[in-house]
Order: sequence, then structure tokens, then C-alpha cells
Amino acid sequence: MEQRVAEPIATPEVQPTVWRTQSATILFVVMVVGLIVAPFFTYPLFLMQAMCFALFACAFNLLIGYVGLLSFGHALYFGWASYLSAYSAKAWGFTPELAILTGTATGAVLGLLAGSLAIRRQGIYFAMITLALAQMMFFFALQAKFTGGEDGIQAVPRGHLFGLIDLSKEMNMYIVVLVIFLAGFLFIYRIIHSPFGEVLKAIRENETRAISLGYKTDRYKLVAFVLSATLAGAAGGTKAIVLQLASLTDVNWPMSGEVVLMTLVGGLGTIFGPVLGSFIILVMQYKLAAVGEWVLVIQGVIFVACVLLFRRGIVGELANKLKIRL
Amino acid sequence: MILETEGLTKEFAGFTAVNGVTLQVKRGTIHALIGPNGAGKTTCFNLLTKFLIPTRGRITFNGQDITALQPADVARLGLVRSFQISAVFPHMSVLENVRIALQRARGGSFDFWRSASVLNSYNQRALELIEDVGLSSFANWLAVELPYGRKRALEIATTLALDPEMLLLDEPTAGMGHEDIDRIAQLIKRVAADRTVLMVEHNLSVVSDLSDTITVLTRGRVLAEGDYKTVSANPEVREAYMGTGHA
Ligand SMILES: Nc1ncnc2c1ncn2[C@@H]1O[C@H](COP(=O)(O)OP(=O)(O)OP(=O)(O)O)[C@@H](O)[C@H]1O
Ligand SMILES: [Mg+2]
Repeated sequence: MEQRVAEPIATPEVQPTVWRTQSATILFVVMVVGLIVAPFFTYPLFLMQAMCFALFACAFNLLIGYVGLLSFGHALYFGWASYLSAYSAKAWGFTPELAILTGTATGAVLGLLAGSLAIRRQGIYFAMITLALAQMMFFFALQAKFTGGEDGIQAVPRGHLFGLIDLSKEMNMYIVVLVIFLAGFLFIYRIIHSPFGEVLKAIRENETRAISLGYKTDRYKLVAFVLSATLAGAAGGTKAIVLQLASLTDVNWPMSGEVVLMTLVGGLGTIFGPVLGSFIILVMQYKLAAVGEWVLVIQGVIFVACVLLFRRGIVGELANKLKIRL
Repeated sequence: MILETEGLTKEFAGFTAVNGVTLQVKRGTIHALIGPNGAGKTTCFNLLTKFLIPTRGRITFNGQDITALQPADVARLGLVRSFQISAVFPHMSVLENVRIALQRARGGSFDFWRSASVLNSYNQRALELIEDVGLSSFANWLAVELPYGRKRALEIATTLALDPEMLLLDEPTAGMGHEDIDRIAQLIKRVAADRTVLMVEHNLSVVSDLSDTITVLTRGRVLAEGDYKTVSANPEVREAYMGTGHA
């Protein structure tokens, strides 16, 4: 009978990589301070938009980075939340916080529906189903009356927060967006570092093994999917109030692609990566607005460069070099 | 009997990997499943733990028909397996690997609003299990950084963390040095005191040392069954191993 050759076992002389965690706290403080002073140096509207996209990318990253699920139709939750927030604020006269909550709930419900259909599929099939559902809902947005078709929903009133604070004042709006962004960011951090998050990590690392330990992984994946869609909804709803606009751009597939790009550039599976990634991509889009359609080509090149050269993304490469967790 | 199969069969596109296997594992024993490469041992394990759906046949565990269950449900009933190809969570620490199994005792872990520090209450038990398999000095290592043999040990610790009524171990000592083989063999003997173990093992000295019953599988069929003496004296078994006898 065959006896397998034993591999010599190394003694633990060399200490393995020790991942320091306090650096994340420092970086978080830097980020908060940066976002507080930033509006005095650059356009608050740009920063608010960037924070909405950053939250969107963080929500997307919760799936791809911490569960290993590639959703290729995340514009569905962002865009439809944006429509519902805009519509409820404009047609029903909802106060901004209620309008944003409406958008958030829209993300949750759509996430539950789409997630239930997609979650049993693996790998590329999962990505394809999420994309197909998103496209289906894009055409619905194109046809439906209340979305305003090609025009979208314009001139959405920002209104008064709790009926009191006037959000047409840029600084008031800025503080609201900052609070929503930070709350969303910390919420995601908590999810990742919860008992639930531990199971998600195990599923990402080795789903078969997680199942063999008795975890019903489909359920965990579905909950993560709904949480991600909900947060994407919060981002989309906030965006609609900030820009006073919901349009087809928000639900269309390039938006889904953009959030993948933002996450990839910043570093998937890192908490700060998607934030940095979305700021970089947005700055680039502004700077390159003059070259028109070429932006897409440039984005394509960046995408390929990321995949080929620095797979971990900017924050990911940095964390790896410094042996820290970011 | 704790585990019984009846005419268990698995066909892959016309090729029969497991062919009418009827197996009876007595409670509280160590039962070895041996046979040459490609005999269908791992496929059997996959069928028993529902990772593969049998083409035909029935499986009963503790008198309950489990033929139609999902893999996670089988694990919850107390029938837990390890894998031939080391199954660890690579980018989690050794401690976290074991803890993820201990965490199952909480029932579902859907509490995404709670800090993971509530899991620290499992650290003590996790470290005990880690010590049992000789990994104490590796507790903070990422599993991916462990040498192969240590990964196997970690997998066993993780499996034991569920405190299962019955363990299925697929080649637990593969890739280990002599010292570690002895350690794991002792560990299996110890945990089998109040459990049932079904294991696939190529190392015949481990098999002879540990097993109460041995089932020999070749080309998907049961060739012989009995204690070590009976089985090793069987001419057909000797022939199946082409006279190599004891490895
Ligand atoms: N998913 C599959 N599809 C097709 N054939 C398979 C599949 N899984 C296993 N087989 C075949 O079934 C046979 C039995 O494989 P199995 O892995 O069960 O053998 P084993 O007894 O565990 O061998 P080893 O000692 O090498 O681990 C092999 O010929 C293998 O190629
Ligand atoms: Mg095998």
C-alpha cells in the first residue's frame, strides 16, 4: 500500500506576518478630519457626490471583498433608490430624511428579490443573473411614466431636514451627507467585524468547508446581499437629494461597471479602498470631462492596468507593503 | 449501528465510481475505509456527507434517513467530515479557523450589529483544541502560512471543535512527518473514546493500530471487511494491492 512521503515540517522560528490593526483607526481619523476641512478648499457639491459614490462602492465591496460575490448589477439598487427618493420628495413632498429612507428601503426590497433569485448561482453565473436583472429593471425605468424616461426626475427639492433645517444651504446639506456617509462606513465596518462577518469571511475563504461545518451559506450570502443593496440604496437616495436629480444614468450598466472600477482601483477587501477609489475616479472624470467619450477608454485602460499590475488596488498594495490592515 | 448505507451507488457520466456499497459502522468504533487510488473512497465520503447526490441507495444516520438532506444539515446532525485536500480558511488565523467551528454552538450567527469580540469567549476552548493537535505556537499564524502537515492538523482541530458524534476523516495523516503522524493517531484514539470515527487512511500502520473494523474498497465495490488480521490475510486484498502488503 502506498505510503505518502512526508513533507518536513518547519519549526515556528520565523514569525508570520503580524497584522496591526490600530493603523485603521488612525486612517479613519485622518479621513474624518479631511472630510470636515475639505469643503473649505474645494466644491462641496463635488465632495458630497463623491461621498455618495464612496458609500455605494463600500456597499459593493461588502459583497465582493468580504463574501467574494461579484454583483454586476449594483446600479439597480443605487438607481432605483435614487428614483424613489426623488419621486417621494418631489411628488409626495417627503422631508429629505424620509425621502432618503424611502430610497434605502427600495434598495433593501430590490436586494431581497434579486438576491433570492441569484444567490444559489456560483461565480460567473451569479454575476450574469445580477446583470440581467439590473438590465431588465433599466428597461422598466426607461418605459415607466413616473421616472420621467430620458429626462429623469429633475428639480427635486432638497427640503428641510426634519422640517427644520434648510438643506438648500450647501453647508447644511454637506453635514447631512457627511453623517450619512460616516454612519454607513462605520456600519459596514461593524458588519465585517461581527460574528456574522466572521462567517462571511469563512465563506469567502472556503465555502465548501463552511458548509461542512454546518453553515447554511446561502442564507448568510443572502443577508449580506440585502445589506449591501440597502446601503447602495442609501447612497442612491442621498445622491438624488444632493444633486436634485434622478436619471437613467444611475440605473444603467455603466454605473454598475463604475462601482466595480472604483472598488478595484482603491483595493477590494479593504475598508478604505472603495472610498479612495471613488474619489480618484470622480476627480478623473471631472478633469477629463473635456475629452468626452475618451473617458471610457481611459477608464478601460485603468481597469486593465489594475488587473494586471496592482491587483490589490492602491490601499491593498499599501496595506500589504506595510503589513497592516486597512 | 450509527451509520448504514444500502446499495450506495454513484455514476459519473457512465463511469461508476461507487458501486452498490453497503456499509455498517458500529457506534463507538474506529472504522477504516481503505483501497487503492481511485477506489471511490473520497466519493463515498462525499455521498455520506451529501456533497454528492447518490445515483441510487440509501443512507441512515442514527436511524434517520439522511439520503435527501443538505450537507449543512448533515453536519448539524453530528456527522462532520474533513477533506482529503486540506480545507482550511487560508486568510484567517489558526485561532479564527477553530473559532469559526466553535461559533456554530451559538446556532445561527446572523448578528451583524454585534462586535466580534463576543467570540472571544471561545478563545480558551479554541486554544485547548489547538494544543491538542500540536499547533500552540502557531495560534496567530494565518492558516495559509502553515506547512502542509500543520494544515491537516488544523483541519482536524476545526472538525473536533464541533464536538461531532461521528467524524469522517479523509486521510488525516497524509503529508505529515512521523512524529506528527503519531500525535494525530493518538489524538484520533483519544477522541474516539466517546465518538465514532470513519476514516480513509493510506498509512497501514495507523490503520492496524487504530481500527476496529476495516472495509476494503476497489473499483467502487466492497472487496473485504473485517478486523486487520482477517483483511490482511485475504488473498484478494493482497492481490488488489499487488503483493506490496504492508507499506
Ligand atoms: N466529480 C467527478 N466526476 C467524474 N469522475 C470522478 C469525480 N470524482 C471522482 N471521480 C472518479 O471516481 C473515481 C474514484 O475517485 P475517488 O476520489 O473517490 O477515489 P479515492 O478512493 O478517494 O482515491 P485516492 O486514494 O486517490 O484519494 C476516480 O476514478 C475518479 O477519477
Ligand atoms: Mg480520496
